Amino acid sequence: MSMFNRASNGSGGGERRLRWVAGVALLGALAGCERPPMDVLQGGYRGTAMEQVINPRLDAVKAAQNVVPPSSPPAPADGQPLASSVYQNIQVLKDLNVAQFTRVMVAITQWVAPPDQACNYCHGANMADDGKYTKVVARRMLQMVRHINSDWKNHVAATGVTCYTCHRGNAVPKNVWFTNPGESSESGLIASNAGQNKPEPAVGYASLPYDPFTRYLLNAESIRVNSTEALPSGNHTSIKSAEATYGLMMHMSTSLGVNCTYCHNSRAFAVWDQSTPKRVTAWYGIRMARDLNNAYMVPLTATFPAHRLGVLGDVAKVNCLTCHQGVFKPLYGVSMAKDYPELQGPMASAAAATPETPAQGQGTSMPAATPPTAALTTGH
Amino acid sequence: MAEYQNIFTRVQVRAPAYPGTPLPSGVWGRQGKGGFIHLLGRFGDAQIGPIYLGTTGLLSLICGFLAFEIIGLNMLASVHWNPIQFVRQLPWLALEPPSPSYGLHLPPLKDGGWWLMAGFFLTASLLLWWVRMYRRARALGLGTHTAWAFMSAIWLYLVLGIIRPVLMGNFGEAVPFGLFPHLDWTAAFSLRYGNLFYNPFHALSIAFLYGSALLFAMHAGTILAVSRYGGDRELEQILDRGTATERAALFWRWTMGFNATMESIHRWAWWFAVLTPLVGGIGILLTGTVVDNWYLWAVKHHVAPMYPHVFAPVIDPASLPGAVK
Repeated sequence: MSMFNRASNGSGGGERRLRWVAGVALLGALAGCERPPMDVLQGGYRGTAMEQVINPRLDAVKAAQNVVPPSSPPAPADGQPLASSVYQNIQVLKDLNVAQFTRVMVAITQWVAPPDQACNYCHGANMADDGKYTKVVARRMLQMVRHINSDWKNHVAATGVTCYTCHRGNAVPKNVWFTNPGESSESGLIASNAGQNKPEPAVGYASLPYDPFTRYLLNAESIRVNSTEALPSGNHTSIKSAEATYGLMMHMSTSLGVNCTYCHNSRAFAVWDQSTPKRVTAWYGIRMARDLNNAYMVPLTATFPAHRLGVLGDVAKVNCLTCHQGVFKPLYGVSMAKDYPELQGPMASAAAATPETPAQGQGTSMPAATPPTAALTTGH
Repeated sequence: MAEYQNIFTRVQVRAPAYPGTPLPSGVWGRQGKGGFIHLLGRFGDAQIGPIYLGTTGLLSLICGFLAFEIIGLNMLASVHWNPIQFVRQLPWLALEPPSPSYGLHLPPLKDGGWWLMAGFFLTASLLLWWVRMYRRARALGLGTHTAWAFMSAIWLYLVLGIIRPVLMGNFGEAVPFGLFPHLDWTAAFSLRYGNLFYNPFHALSIAFLYGSALLFAMHAGTILAVSRYGGDRELEQILDRGTATERAALFWRWTMGFNATMESIHRWAWWFAVLTPLVGGIGILLTGTVVDNWYLWAVKHHVAPMYPHVFAPVIDPASLPGAVK
């Protein structure tokens, strides 16, 4: 019986080979991990584990991808005629002089327009003509940039934004979102996945609901799920809602390249007075994205050609990743906007191309609870 | 030179397969004559079979298979019957419970009906297997300790899947069937109810869980260490204490001043293991039904420590006058 033979001859070469195979398999299981060492930055009181774990090697790659292009020299503020008195059909940048106006146009060409098309990407032979949809969109986007820089200081502070913050040289920003149509069930019989349980980058490859954007950044569903009382007091928020909130938070974490504890004290996620000031900035960021989507993007739906729209015919929309692109502050907090006073508002004329539709009462009346410009972490 | 060890045994003593003690007359007999698998003998007994299936065993397997198929085929359907995608996405796939809006009413098949059905068959399978376990123990003239330990795990399963959802008034509170989805559900459960870390029954459950591992290591280590004196014949040592027992007891008295006995250590282990899901189930049962936010509950009862603030006071921006929605 071979079994008996093998039993008396245990430590053969086969066993050694088995050990090698097992060892290599174990190492292979680590292939998805990032190698140490990591940098750890403490951000909260000691012992609360409020820290940021940073991979310096990945950070170096990100830093190279988030460099601000050189600004053009400032345009002379006076001694120039107003652009609107020289050019026709100027609706937004009426307050700029010709030098300022030209400077903005050149900048947009570099930041947004495909190099092989340059001015022609938006303009036809008659520069004043609104025939190309890209020009109509660009005009609305200029209004949006000014709106962000003047009315959303709670989120963008004095750093502000320019076209480059999102576009980075692309005609369409790389990170936009469309409403996810979900999995259409093949028949009425098969279980739906309830909009979750797919490896989607939108929620950090978790199995969480993969379209938190429509819920929270287009519609204004309640993000808060915790009770403010210890005992049951009428909060019927479901665990499924908590999963959706969790999905949005995974998106924010991925978009900013930070851990949960960048904003929250993880022992009590909901409690504000234990959170970091960055949570306030993030709170305004969610409202800002919602405002931009509803007031600027959705009204442009009919302007865009069909190939620019999503599966459901909806317009491209913004989320945290659109600007942040994996960094806690877009472009590591370097302000391009300060070199472009032309993009600061509010200088826009009331007679805008698309009627101004202020959403949800955003405006300058919002109090700034805390300065959002704190550094990555407050060291202790 | 081959040597005999208690686990990972290289030497396999082989005798004709033992069919087991005679069965009392029943509907089913044992099937097969029993055979040997060398590899299994390296970890335990090399003998496989004879097998007793029985009515409850067969029904349990059928119910378990039905649940497995309902879950698996719905997962396969969710990737449009693509076997490659099924394998690739398997960790993410799930069969989701009904939406909370259905309450305790029967939902359509595609909106949780399949989940309810899978849950029914899985529960039936577990309970039938429990009955089988109980009856097999009785048939062998054993105590029913194993069955009751299994019941403790079934209790936690029932709390998660049916008792708590019924108390909460909707099946949407229950756990999805899926690998990552049930883990994400667990995290979301803690997030929704204000951090399960502050749930004392959850804490107790963890203490028993870690305690089980500790006891397991202590007991196994002790017995392996004294097996050279025949300590692995635990049952004999219970009745007739030998030098192995004396040395094991002395070892623990020397190292920590107290020792369990050859008999009591198994009661320690059994209770720690049983209490893990038992108190865990109580903790889950209280969540949402009696306590809605465990962190605030801990604050209320002065259990949660307060740390000094390191930031300027942070105020909920939604609470400020004129705040955006």
